[in-house]
Amino acid sequence: MKSGQDSMQSSLGKVRGLGSARKGVSHWWLQRLTAIGMTPIIIYMVISLVTTIGGDYETAVSWLQSPINATAMLLLFGVGFYHASLGLQVIIEDYVSNENRRLIMMVMVKLSMTGLAALSLFSVLSIALA
Amino acid sequence: MAAQRPLSPHLMIYKPQLTSMMSITHRATGAALAMGSLLVVWWIVALATGAEYYSFVQSIISSWYGQFVLFGFTVAVFYHLSNGIRHLFWDFGYNLTIQGVHRSGYMVLVSTIVLTAATWLTVYWG
Repeated sequence: MKSGQDSMQSSLGKVRGLGSARKGVSHWWLQRLTAIGMTPIIIYMVISLVTTIGGDYETAVSWLQSPINATAMLLLFGVGFYHASLGLQVIIEDYVSNENRRLIMMVMVKLSMTGLAALSLFSVLSIALA
Repeated sequence: MAAQRPLSPHLMIYKPQLTSMMSITHRATGAALAMGSLLVVWWIVALATGAEYYSFVQSIISSWYGQFVLFGFTVAVFYHLSNGIRHLFWDFGYNLTIQGVHRSGYMVLVSTIVLTAATWLTVYWG
């Protein structure tokens, strides 16, 4: 990396450190942060699913009405769909070079992940607060 | 006019390696989990809809094809989870050697098999 007068980058740009995408390392960082956050929840979910839920309707509903379980479920869906949206974005950026197609796919991914997050979060709340 | 410069080996003739195969599998399982999340949403929506619809969805999940899909889903979850932790170690600067990527790679494969087996053994014989 060149610095000072030899660099093509302006001093202001260097200080901001946001790069050509104007987002800096925020995408990379959020991908990791959401991954770390989901790790204990995923493990808790798998243990809960195989030991307590999976049975009848009443068991599943009463499981979800506990504040801890409802919160874990909300975090899993909220953080999970955000993580998925970030990951799918990178896949599209890597493999879809056509600008129009890339934009269309990006919009589809972002909207569908947001929609699924809203639907699942509402479902969890409607059960937990019933 | 085609550029007169050397091309990197095409995927089809490039020798498969543990590192590259595990890398693309991480991406593939990630995309598969995004698709599979539709089924998880379906399950939670069924639970919010009511007992009758929930038992209908449960009957599909309990069928052999439902269990087959669910098995694939757990494999994807445990692989992506284990290999994601492997990625986090790299982010902190660990295992960034040929030996390190191979050793951690085999650990991820073992962890995926053990976690998947433990889960399904608990489901059926727990």
